[in-house]
Amino acid sequence: MGKYILRRFWQSIITVLIVLFVMFMLLRLMPKENYFTRDDYINMTEEDRTAYLRNLGVLDNPLVQFVRFLRGFVTGDLGRSITVYPKTPISEILKEKIPYSLWFGLVSVLLSVILGFLMGIGMANNKDKLGDQLGTMYVVAVRAIPSLVYLFLIQMWITHLFNLPMVFYEDEPASWILPAISLSLSGIAWYAIWLRRFMVDEENKDYIKFAIAKGLPRNYIMKRHVLRNALVPLVQYLPSQILLTIAGSLIIESIYSIPGMGGLLVYAIRQQDNTLVQALVCIYSILGVFGVFLGDILMAIVDPRIKLTSAKIEREVTA
Amino acid sequence: MKQVPVLGPELFVPAKAQAGEEEQIGYEHYSYWRSTFRTFLKNPVSLVLLAIIIVLTLASFLYPVFSKTDPNKVALDVERWNLSPSQGGGIFGTDQLGRDIWARTWYGTRTSLLLGFIIALLDVGIGMFAGALWGYVKKLDRIMTEIYNILTNIPQPVLLLLLSYILRPGFWTIIIALCSTGWIGIARFVRNKVLMIRDSEYNIASRTLGTPLWRIITKNILPYLVSILIMEAALTIPYSIGAEVFLGFIGLGLPLDTVSLGNLVNMGKNNFMLYPYQLTWPTLVLALVTVSFYIAGNKFADASDPRNHV
Repeated sequence: MGKYILRRFWQSIITVLIVLFVMFMLLRLMPKENYFTRDDYINMTEEDRTAYLRNLGVLDNPLVQFVRFLRGFVTGDLGRSITVYPKTPISEILKEKIPYSLWFGLVSVLLSVILGFLMGIGMANNKDKLGDQLGTMYVVAVRAIPSLVYLFLIQMWITHLFNLPMVFYEDEPASWILPAISLSLSGIAWYAIWLRRFMVDEENKDYIKFAIAKGLPRNYIMKRHVLRNALVPLVQYLPSQILLTIAGSLIIESIYSIPGMGGLLVYAIRQQDNTLVQALVCIYSILGVFGVFLGDILMAIVDPRIKLTSAKIEREVTA
Repeated sequence: MKQVPVLGPELFVPAKAQAGEEEQIGYEHYSYWRSTFRTFLKNPVSLVLLAIIIVLTLASFLYPVFSKTDPNKVALDVERWNLSPSQGGGIFGTDQLGRDIWARTWYGTRTSLLLGFIIALLDVGIGMFAGALWGYVKKLDRIMTEIYNILTNIPQPVLLLLLSYILRPGFWTIIIALCSTGWIGIARFVRNKVLMIRDSEYNIASRTLGTPLWRIITKNILPYLVSILIMEAALTIPYSIGAEVFLGFIGLGLPLDTVSLGNLVNMGKNNFMLYPYQLTWPTLVLALVTVSFYIAGNKFADASDPRNHV
């Protein structure tokens, strides 16, 4: 086990390095003007601009820049924002914004796991009956209709219906309810539909038929065999979901005006803030890679049948 | 006493494999595709959805032929702005500049469908080709697996945003951004299937009987893949349309003068408080398109499974 973890760990480190390198080089393609605030660019002379860029280090060899960027990344120095929050260290911006996204995200992961599991189990137990069909309708609606549309309608109608606040206020818990629920809707659908499918698959296996023939009670079979086996492939995705809550939700944070991480990348892109884009993209990619790494390990712990010698896990969920 | 014949080569006739002969028994009345479509069309839900898809597609592509209404024509008369259908603003009303929303909805549906079709075609085409190579050529496995790890480990929205940032917002940018990640999932799937099917018993048997390679590919392997690929294509379409709406929302979508469902929905959203019909109608059409493709794709996947054939 230790050997497997170590090997997967090194693999992840290499993937992270490749990802960071590719991202970093892609961002070198952006125009140099993006390193100035608008006022600075207008007020500076051509020599000033060159001196400023040289001082920033963006005129150096890209490889040298990359090494410097990595060194800064490890020590927690992410550079300074340029246009979004002029001259503010990016680490300070993150410190302020992450808690909002993290709390909403964690609550929504918890909600979607609990409700999604209950819904999936209910659907599998009532296969092809009314409950199952209603559940399927919910899943289809959430997955097929663009989320912006139904999230916006929820905000408009539900706030009106229950007289809830339209936007987020830090000191008013009533305004926290809808964002948290909206955030879990797609997660609930995801867990429900896959759990239902895996449970139905599992129920059709020979050993379950044998267990029924042996006279074991249905409840016992469902709990001890069907559910346990059906959960294994889903567990794999939990770590990355939890880690990526830091990134926040773009649509929800924007329509409820939550000052979290969700909109930050988009603002940075719209304002052409090169260093902020770079830092955010790299952080999210690292979280993504390590989420997958933790997921693989969790999966190996939960399912003893998985061979630790091969990194490939054949039973897959496609989102 | 009977004479015992001496065994010699002249007593044996070599059996030559003839194309098609090995499949003479029990095969004549079964056609995979006929069965798939029969199962698919037997279900009333699929039939209705298919009809909706065909009607919507035809309507959106033929609308410009039959109607002279210009979706970009701005009304200079303020009286013509923000008219709801009941106030005489046309079938779906007019928007904040007096443009006809009915016409815009059809033009928008056409743009969004075109986007979805192109992305689906590219994703499936590239994915199938790369996946087949990935499965057959052992040397490629390492590199492809690494590419797969990189592309799937990065959160999708981040990659989408980054590409929209580096490239200029526009129709082909959205296509490039969505395809750059979409193909790898399909390729991975095709690779797993190819690896699984290539050396399974019935294929070994087929090879032993002298079936030529192209026949193995078209008759033994392709049917397994094509149904899945059609489903993937059908599901890529609603995803792409949704992605365009999302990108429009954050301001990285199609330029505002392009008529697309994403732009219509986003504009309708901004005016929702005062003129709710501006969001409702385009959204209903959008939901009809995406839900139809989504369910039809899933139904087709069920129908294409030979176990569901009677």
